[in-house]
Amino acid sequence: MIELRYFAWLRERIGADREMISTDAATIADLIAELRGKSDAHDLVFSDLSSVRAAVDQELVDLDHPVKGAHEIAFFPPMTGG
Amino acid sequence: MAVDVRVQAAPFDLGAEISNFVEAATGAGAVVSFTGLVRDLPDQSLAHMEIEHYAGMTEKALGAIAAEALARWPLIRVLIIHRYGILAPSDQIMMVATASPHRKAAFESADFLMDYLKSRAPFWKKEACHDARAEWVESKDEDEAALARWVTP
Repeated sequence: MIELRYFAWLRERIGADREMISTDAATIADLIAELRGKSDAHDLVFSDLSSVRAAVDQELVDLDHPVKGAHEIAFFPPMTGG
Repeated sequence: MAVDVRVQAAPFDLGAEISNFVEAATGAGAVVSFTGLVRDLPDQSLAHMEIEHYAGMTEKALGAIAAEALARWPLIRVLIIHRYGILAPSDQIMMVATASPHRKAAFESADFLMDYLKSRAPFWKKEACHDARAEWVESKDEDEAALARWVTP
């Protein structure tokens, strides 16, 4: 099982800050494609990937990063620190 | 310790932080600090700003950014404090300080830290207005472009 984490407007639109999933997706992009089928809210938040960032086990990654071995995968908008 | 990274909800005492930082920066010839404040909206409509972060990843990301600064410039100390939670207009959000034997390294590394933590540290800002509207602050293309300055060929 992998724990998914959502932040900022992705969290608000999905209506949860985390969920557990099991997946055979090879990459983060494949996982996103799979998640879009879960609900209208999931479909909406992942409809524009230019505004989605991903982290695997708390490290920022590209969408072609493998899923295998991940314990925690987070999705969030571009960061606005400082 | 050369690197001090703190992620906290509580306010910080800017004057005391800088004094302590300077005092501990043995061998430094220059200290640069930057402080980020909650900016009100143009029509003074901001009620508060809420800052969300990814606990765990935030500390790692800030630590990695500080380590990168130490690797690139001759720094004696680096301090990063970043707050989260609900902040009022003109509250202090964050600060960085760098200490180096030389002025240029202290300025450049502080600038580098700010550019990186703006778009590589997992914080998200939401502006809530007096009329109850609330909007997530969008990242700017220029923030991403600013990182390109620091890419070594």
